[in-house]
Amino acid sequence: MQEFVLIMRHEDGSKVASPEQMQIWMKQTMEWIESIRKQNKFVSGTGLLFDDARVVKSNKLVTNGPFGDIKETIGGYVIVKATSVDEAVEFAKGCPVLLGEGNSMEVRKIANGDGVH
Amino acid sequence: MQQQELIPHLFRTEFRKIASVLCEFLGIERIEVAEDITSETFLQALETWSYKGIPENPTAWLYTVAKNKARNYMVRNKIFTKKVADEIRELNAKLEIDLSDKNIMDSQLQMLFAICHPSISTKAQVSLALRILCGFGIEEIATAFFTNKETINKRLFRAKEKLRLEKVDIAFPPESEVDKRLDTVLTTLYLLYNEGYYSESQDDVLREDLCAEAMRLTYQLLENERTDLPAVNALFALMSFQSSRFAARRKQAGEFILYHDQDETLWNHELIAKGTYYLNRASTGTRISKYHLEAAIAYWHTIKANSTEKWSNILKLYDHLLELEYSTLAALNRIYALSKVKGEANAIAEAEKLTLTNNHFYYTLLGELYRNVNTIKAKENFEKALALARTNTDKQTISRKLNVQ
Repeated sequence: MQEFVLIMRHEDGSKVASPEQMQIWMKQTMEWIESIRKQNKFVSGTGLLFDDARVVKSNKLVTNGPFGDIKETIGGYVIVKATSVDEAVEFAKGCPVLLGEGNSMEVRKIANGDGVH
Repeated sequence: MQQQELIPHLFRTEFRKIASVLCEFLGIERIEVAEDITSETFLQALETWSYKGIPENPTAWLYTVAKNKARNYMVRNKIFTKKVADEIRELNAKLEIDLSDKNIMDSQLQMLFAICHPSISTKAQVSLALRILCGFGIEEIATAFFTNKETINKRLFRAKEKLRLEKVDIAFPPESEVDKRLDTVLTTLYLLYNEGYYSESQDDVLREDLCAEAMRLTYQLLENERTDLPAVNALFALMSFQSSRFAARRKQAGEFILYHDQDETLWNHELIAKGTYYLNRASTGTRISKYHLEAAIAYWHTIKANSTEKWSNILKLYDHLLELEYSTLAALNRIYALSKVKGEANAIAEAEKLTLTNNHFYYTLLGELYRNVNTIKAKENFEKALALARTNTDKQTISRKLNVQ
């Protein structure tokens, strides 16, 4: 069993959704996570906020941002257990973020330091 | 982890409460900041609860987050404008954002008066009320108004700009002005209700939500003794009577089921009783508002069976309504009532005096009146109506009348 991180990418995070819409998204996300949890394949996950976001550059220059309105932003991630990348991809396909046009999911294997991967 | 069920519409319900309190706290010039902070609060809930589960007391969680965000905004803004430590200390003392039930109620009522300010158009008032006082999103408002998001955004932007320029107070109007200001508020609530009741939108849920919101806001006025006035009771009665027919008139194949074709067993008797109760409560004082008359007309419509008593009462009420405030639609409805009391020939004679030659309701009514008198004329009138009708709903309704000729 390997661990994969499923990264949610939003086309435009600045779009202001209605409270009703946000509640619907939340319900969908919870159901999605619950479906992974039921298979005992959910490890952890979280959303990422734009409040107080900072970028630290190579010269240690600190800037505000990223802001939601840049082309692609990361909205959150979940870590799952899967026997193969294909299984992880199946989990990713169920993420409600994909209902939003232009959004995408990135699936990356987590290096586990066992010398095999 | 315990899986908690979230109350339906919790975010929408809490949006309007938090937004109203923050608007009142930050002042009308920062109405957008209040909206943003409120939206961000729900975004944070979305990003947190989705993964970690719903907190034990979701409302308290939201209030704490909203308060902190508002506080941060205030502190940050003060730092940017004046880097004076004393000011921040002073500010901290003022930073108690009161999210108690009482302040939430008061803030919502004060916002209702601020939003229904005569300086902005009624359309803008309705949109702004939907946004701030009902917690609807721009897209939802656009769907309800059967228009696009840009139009609504522009309308809201201009309205907020105007409120800022006019320096509208978020406060309960002084005793001497309550009646006058309340007139505007009632007009807005009346329009908000009609927007839902007659909307072209195919979304039944959304349309009924709009009506429910208009009723909720009207009820809020009844809950405050300063605004628990006869006209408000009458408006609430009118809304209750109209809403009692929701299930029976729900659209089928994109078309409302008209009054005469409704299955009256689907009428909601609880709402009819509520309407009757509030109409009785409205019957005090000396002033008869148009809501009194419209509610009384709506009351008679809750009795499906035709009787001379029913229609002569409706006719009298329409006579009175037209004296109070002339409207084409009321004039046409009066003629329909007249036909029930004095026969089609009399009604046709009166209708033809109106010569509303660019109104499809006018020709639909004439077609209806001619139906049993002169089928050729009936057909002609329905055809004229069809040519003038703009919305699909109206076109379908008229086509059906033409077909059963």
